[in-house]
Amino acid sequence: MAGTKDLKVKEKQEMKSPAEQTTPGLVFTPDVDIFESEDEITLLADMPGVTSDHVTIDLNEGVLTISGEVKPWEESDEKDVIVEFEIGKYYRQFTLSEIIDQEKIEAKLENGVLRLTLPKAEKAKPRKITVNAG
Amino acid sequence: MLPRGIFNFSGIGSANPFTEMERMRRQMDALSGMLVRGAPWRREQSAGVFPLLNLTEDKDSYYVRAELPGIGADELGIEIIDKTLTVSGERKIPEEGEKVRYHRREREAGRFSRAITLPGEVDSQKTRATMRDGLLMITVPKAEALKPRQITVN
Repeated sequence: MAGTKDLKVKEKQEMKSPAEQTTPGLVFTPDVDIFESEDEITLLADMPGVTSDHVTIDLNEGVLTISGEVKPWEESDEKDVIVEFEIGKYYRQFTLSEIIDQEKIEAKLENGVLRLTLPKAEKAKPRKITVNAG
Repeated sequence: MLPRGIFNFSGIGSANPFTEMERMRRQMDALSGMLVRGAPWRREQSAGVFPLLNLTEDKDSYYVRAELPGIGADELGIEIIDKTLTVSGERKIPEEGEKVRYHRREREAGRFSRAITLPGEVDSQKTRATMRDGLLMITVPKAEALKPRQITVN
C-alpha cells in the first residue's frame, strides 16, 4: 500500500516567476492534493510554518489564490552549519471550472497543512438528465 | 585535435574538473543569491534523505530543524545516541472516500528515518524537541567542555 513506502526527498519548488513581488524573500509553491466530490472541491496544501493568521485565501472570478507567510525561525545569534532547505513564502493559484458557493468556503490549518473546502454552488452540481423516449 | 591537457585544471589549483565546476557553480549561486535576495544562497549539498534538515549552533546548543507538515508529535520518533540524532516516523495521508475524483495528488505518504551526526560533543540527556505548525525543532545542548568559559586572570 502507498502508506508503507519510504518517503523520498522532494525539493521545495521555488516559484518560477515571482512576479509582482513587493517584499524580498523566497517564494515556494506548496504541494497540493485537490479532489472533488459531488458537492464540494477540497484542497489540501502542505505549508509548514504557516499559522492561521498568516494564510490568505482569495477567490476571484474563478481564480483561487492561496498564500502563506512564514516567519524566520532562527535566532539572530545562530550560525548555520548545514542548510538543506530554505524557508519562504508560499504562493499558488488555481483556476476553478466550477462555480463555488463563496459564503460556505471553509479553511482549516493543522500541523502545517491547509484544508480548504469549497462547496459547489447549487447550479454547478451534476443533474441527472432524463431522456424521454420520443 | 584537442590538446590532451584540455581537462587539466591544475592551473586553478584543483585536479578534479568536477570539483572545480562545483566550486564555480556555488560561487555563481552565491553571487546571484546576493543580487536577488541580498543574502548569499546558503543551500549545501543535501543528504537526499527525507526529511531535509537544517543544523545551526550558538554557543550553548545545536539546533536541528525540519519541515514535517501533517505529522503530529506522537507520530514522530526522535532518538539520540552519542552524537547521532535520528528522526523517524511515518506520514499518513488518510483516504478521502471512494467517490472523490482527484485533480492533483502531489502530497506523499510514507515512512522515513534520517540520521545526522552532530559536529561536537553534546549533553544528549538534555535534548528537547518541539513540533509546531508542521515544523520540528530539536535543541541539543553542547557538552559543558565545549561551551566557552570565561577565564579570570589573577
